[in-house]
Amino acid sequence: MCLAIPAKILKIEDNLAQVDMAGVKRQADIRMVSNVRVGEYILIHAGFAIEKIGEKDAEETLQLLREII
Amino acid sequence: MKFVDEFRDRAIAERIVKKIKRFDSLKVNLMEVCGTHTMVIFKQGLKGMLPKNVNLLSGPGCPVCVTSQEDIDKTIELAKDENVIIATFGDMVRVPGTNSSLEKERGNGADVRIIYSPSEALRIARENPARRVVFLAIGFETTSPLIAASLLDVQKEKIDNFYIFSSHKLIPPAMEALLESKEVRIDGFICPGHVSVTIGSNAYKFIAQKYNVPCVIGGFEPLDVLQSIYMLLKQIKEKRTEVEIEYFRAVHPQGNRIAQELIDEVFEVSDVMWRGLGTIPKSGLRLKRKFSDFDAEKEFPTKTRKSKENPDCACGEVLRGVKKPTQCKLYRKICTPEEPYGPCMVSSEGTCAAYYKYG
Ligand code: SF4
Repeated sequence: MCLAIPAKILKIEDNLAQVDMAGVKRQADIRMVSNVRVGEYILIHAGFAIEKIGEKDAEETLQLLREII
Repeated sequence: MKFVDEFRDRAIAERIVKKIKRFDSLKVNLMEVCGTHTMVIFKQGLKGMLPKNVNLLSGPGCPVCVTSQEDIDKTIELAKDENVIIATFGDMVRVPGTNSSLEKERGNGADVRIIYSPSEALRIARENPARRVVFLAIGFETTSPLIAASLLDVQKEKIDNFYIFSSHKLIPPAMEALLESKEVRIDGFICPGHVSVTIGSNAYKFIAQKYNVPCVIGGFEPLDVLQSIYMLLKQIKEKRTEVEIEYFRAVHPQGNRIAQELIDEVFEVSDVMWRGLGTIPKSGLRLKRKFSDFDAEKEFPTKTRKSKENPDCACGEVLRGVKKPTQCKLYRKICTPEEPYGPCMVSSEGTCAAYYKYG
């Protein structure tokens, strides 16, 4: 039930954002994430954005995953 | 899809597994607390990729599964009120109560509507001013902030036919209860990623420090889960007990402050009953007094009847990691997703359902 899906912000109007969630357009409440901009990615859970996804952090994670020690 | 596909790369997965296999001298029980992790592990076949010395235990992180039988029965009683519309997340509908289920009541004419977001419950309330909408608010720290936000909207809009039945639960106290019971040995926790988005990694520090159990907060793609397992094994090998964040693209040490403030504004911590785990102190959220007008339990006091779980259903033990579903005598022979005997077979993320579908 704690599923949250990455979505790209297409448009922002007050506390609502229009997002692209795996190709489907949806509305999401973004009051819980501050400083988000169009083009950025957020995690959507039950119609609400619960956090912004850090693009740099994601790249860093992938770097770590590819590491062979 | 971005942030999904790149975390499913098969070749990298195999490389992480190779690294995991280097810890072959460690025989460990690692618990994935969250039901969504359980689902990923089964669906993506991760269990089969792991060496025998790494045993994964599924934990109590399935909100529908841990809802007490008494709470299930209360929601069924509520549904019988002709004036009430029940708004609920899907999995609750088929959970068998002592004598009935929401699904059965719906067959008898009860108005039970499945929603995806609490904002839909608000819409139902607006569209049906003559009836009363009861939203079944179940879920962990991932979900409670949104319910709080919705309730504030209800208050602002002066919607007067909206109530919530709060069965919210908190994850860290449940982890502590499992450790205190000493029923199973847990050598490390894969902590729930999206609960941690809200509460932050600091919320698990006491687990690592007081109980000396390493914690890694993991994301939900296959590579995230494998990497979390690798990080836990590394901690165990190096005799460290820390809280590490594998899912740091979304989880921060302090968590999401706005979400925490929303919870604090609307809810207060209370003792609450879990299926399988009993009453755990300070493990639930109930509405603060100033929101008692929205409290379904105050507005519709239900007759207390004796709630009883099916004595043959081992869901409680499954939730504690003590039993595997295959050790339940009803599993597969009698209890199936089509005809579930316990919530662990109903919920899409229940351990019994995961075993049945992918085991
Ligand atoms: S298989 Fe069915 S009856 Fe057995 S523990 Fe799971 S849910 Fe309960």
